[in-house]
Amino acid sequence: MIWNSASEFWAMGGYGLYVWGSFGVTALLMGGEVILAARRHRHIRESLQMQATTIDSDQDTAQDWQA
Amino acid sequence: MTQHSNVLFRFAAPQAFYGLAGRLWPLFAALATALGVWGLWMGMFVAPADFQQGQAYRIIFVHVPASWMSMIIYLAMAFWALLGLTFNTRLSGMMNRALAPTGAMFAFLSLWTGALWGKPMWGTWWVWDARLTSELILFFLYLGFMGLTASIDDPRRADKAGGLLALVGAINVPVIYFSVRWWNTLHQGASVSVTQGSSMAQTMLWAMLLMALAFWLYAIAIALYRIRTLILEREKHTLWVEAELRPEGSS
Repeated sequence: MIWNSASEFWAMGGYGLYVWGSFGVTALLMGGEVILAARRHRHIRESLQMQATTIDSDQDTAQDWQA
Repeated sequence: MTQHSNVLFRFAAPQAFYGLAGRLWPLFAALATALGVWGLWMGMFVAPADFQQGQAYRIIFVHVPASWMSMIIYLAMAFWALLGLTFNTRLSGMMNRALAPTGAMFAFLSLWTGALWGKPMWGTWWVWDARLTSELILFFLYLGFMGLTASIDDPRRADKAGGLLALVGAINVPVIYFSVRWWNTLHQGASVSVTQGSSMAQTMLWAMLLMALAFWLYAIAIALYRIRTLILEREKHTLWVEAELRPEGSS
């Protein structure tokens, strides 16, 4: 281990702001991208599912999803 | 046609690729996470301080991987664009739309982490140096691609226009890469070179390569994930999407 204490680790030899500013924003953007992509996928699925069921009942088709 | 190209053409169909991407993305995501944790451990706890830059050099573990990925993703987009414009494959355009946001993010991160590194080392957040300026142009090319494809209603036409931009813009990538050799820049030269090996300490180099590989696998995972959303949207009137969306259908 190269660090003597946790505070020494967070201080990064006086460059803490620059180092953690880089790693923090990178983590934030990559994590945010994952959340946005997952949310969008769910949203599209749900809205397409909704459309499918409305069209289905509107046209009063005999198609049975559960069959 | 050979068996090999038959397999390729089978997965060029959006329906087949939807299933393939759904099976592959969790694999790439898991590998990216594992290598990312390993790389961070090496970079933050094993690699020693730099004799010149002290601890500030650790920014390299996100700066270099993000910069490499911003260039690699653009080259991948140019490749898919060429394929799409030549063979008129539908999947190519979707692939590029799935890649562009991640490329833009990495280009931004390259500039952001570069600024945070430049301030303590060069005394400035930004200079209009060839390397920095060409990377900024790359960021704008990504934004331009996203804006252009989003502004054209007909998806096939949008894909063609975006494909042309991706192809023409690709000329910027070698400019970024060789900028530190062609011009006298404030930005340092390559730390890792194909022809001359590396000028870094072993543990530092390994940490950086692990992080780069993790970012690469992450980019593949998120692009595969995102292309499934795009395929669903674009193929929503087809029977297979209807079947896929039945309540008992998974993911």
